[in-house]
Amino acid sequence: MNPLEQLYQEIILDHSKRRVGAASLEGEPGAGEGQSHQHNPLCGDDITLRARVSADGVIESLAWQGDGCSISMASASVLAEGLRGHAVSEFAEANETFHELMRSRGKLAADEELEERLGDAAAFAGVSKFPARVKCALLSWEAAKDAIARASA
Amino acid sequence: MAVSDLPPLDDTEAARLRADFPILETRIGDAQLVYLDSGATSQKPECVWEAEQHFYETANAAVHRGAHTLAVEATDRFEDARAAVAGFVGAGEREIVWTANATEALNLIAYSFSNASLGAGGPEAQPFRLGPGDEIVATGMEHHANLIPWQELAARTGASFRWIPLTPDARLDLEAAADIVNAKTRILAFTHVSNVLGTVNDPAPLVAMAKAVGAFTVLDACQSAPHLPLNLRALDVDFAAFSGHKMLGPTGIGALYGRAELLDAMPPFLFGGSMITTVSMEKAEYLPAPQRFEAGTQKIAQAVGLAAAVGYLSEVGMDRVRAWEELLGERMLTGLSDIPGVRLLGPAADSGVQRTGTVPFAVEGVHPHDVGQFLDSRGVAVRVGHHCAEPLHRFLGVTASTRASAYLYNTTADVDALLQAVSDVRGFFGVK
Ligand SMILES: Cc1ncc(COP(=O)(O)O)c(C=O)c1O
Repeated sequence: MNPLEQLYQEIILDHSKRRVGAASLEGEPGAGEGQSHQHNPLCGDDITLRARVSADGVIESLAWQGDGCSISMASASVLAEGLRGHAVSEFAEANETFHELMRSRGKLAADEELEERLGDAAAFAGVSKFPARVKCALLSWEAAKDAIARASA
Repeated sequence: MAVSDLPPLDDTEAARLRADFPILETRIGDAQLVYLDSGATSQKPECVWEAEQHFYETANAAVHRGAHTLAVEATDRFEDARAAVAGFVGAGEREIVWTANATEALNLIAYSFSNASLGAGGPEAQPFRLGPGDEIVATGMEHHANLIPWQELAARTGASFRWIPLTPDARLDLEAAADIVNAKTRILAFTHVSNVLGTVNDPAPLVAMAKAVGAFTVLDACQSAPHLPLNLRALDVDFAAFSGHKMLGPTGIGALYGRAELLDAMPPFLFGGSMITTVSMEKAEYLPAPQRFEAGTQKIAQAVGLAAAVGYLSEVGMDRVRAWEELLGERMLTGLSDIPGVRLLGPAADSGVQRTGTVPFAVEGVHPHDVGQFLDSRGVAVRVGHHCAEPLHRFLGVTASTRASAYLYNTTADVDALLQAVSDVRGFFGVK
């Protein structure tokens, strides 16, 4: 695979079209919900993400609305699909791992262990070779972290 | 500006010019660089940095200070550079103030007006004083650099900020302008060439409207000075701004043009060394323009580099540059309109609007960021995003766009490489 194909893995292109969790968010977040808006002024990527967290710390749902490039949209979709039913503490670990991957400048490969820890999000390994695109991949993770913290507050 | 009697630029001639721009030989992965982002910044010919190097090797000293031989030599070269750039844009030597870039030039005007509004500058500065009831007018297609300084100036002085809207096909709405520019208008700021659309605005009707009501005109010449024969005095604008780095010059240098009598009367914006006549512990008196606006040690080598750049452009001939870019622009417009799923932004290809070699477009179903990434993998460098013109993008109904912008060193082969790469975008992303 050339770097472009590593960047735009099938999983990423597929998620950018499927947009799991994409919804039109209306009204204010209710009890047990938190919402976060993130914007990248550099390229205009924009996302609002709402998380519902149960009293015992399980992420029940992630819904989002946004506009942006395929990397940012796929990243939100992968999160919405992958996080449902996981504990907040598991998200925190995955978030650490994902940030580490994005900082790796292509040095971390998407091996089995990474897939174990990140699921479909491991497909973003190729993004780390393109520093200008790392922010696109991280935008929804920032939104999720913030929304989950608010929902758990 | 003399019309050159050289034959028109063509691929052979452009290929010869390319040899002066070594960076154009860069390889991007396996591909040859195709640089179509000159609207953001142009590449520079060797003679530009050779001029800077020569200055450092033979004449470097502080200018307008000291009497030693090198100081005199440096001052001469610095002022010769000003004369060269002034000549290039049809200005008098005293009408060119060095700034870091167009952004600084536009802010300089705005802050000088604010200083006048706070009472600086004595009776001569009266024309520059703004307050409640006054209006500042810009347009809906401005780069943020010719928008925010006016919004902020209005906020600081209590004046109102207004703008000329666009017609549905993204031209300045001159009918609306005739109502918006009125007796309260004090400043009318507009761009000569849109950095997004590549369309040329005719300054004449706007200058006439402003003159009829006694308003100052400010021309953003950032995208015209590099690409068209420009004569600021003939256009009869009061102020203008441009950046060296977009016209083959170095970064860090740009210029403000102002009619001499206005610059001499306008209070300074930055204060310090080299701009004063006498200073006491209570107050200072200021030199006439341009020195009154050039506080502190200046961008000397950069000015010398910019002079070499305009020398290069003049030698090629701006009428030839203009004609060649129009040709490349047309090839992009027709080629892009023929690609399924590609939509041109702004006036239609056959609208008859004057344009430079800059073309913005959208690929249906693929975000501009992804378009740009794909083109980069083919070596094609274009700009993606809102190009510092968010309100214009909102008007066009998009958050971002892809923009290809050509310059004198581009060839039809560059355009064809762009067209080929754009044709392959939707296939790569699996969009039908
Ligand atoms: C029309 C226009 N105005 C102003 C600017 C600002 O130029 P600079 O960033 O060099 O100050 C630009 C450059 O992007 C431009 O294209």
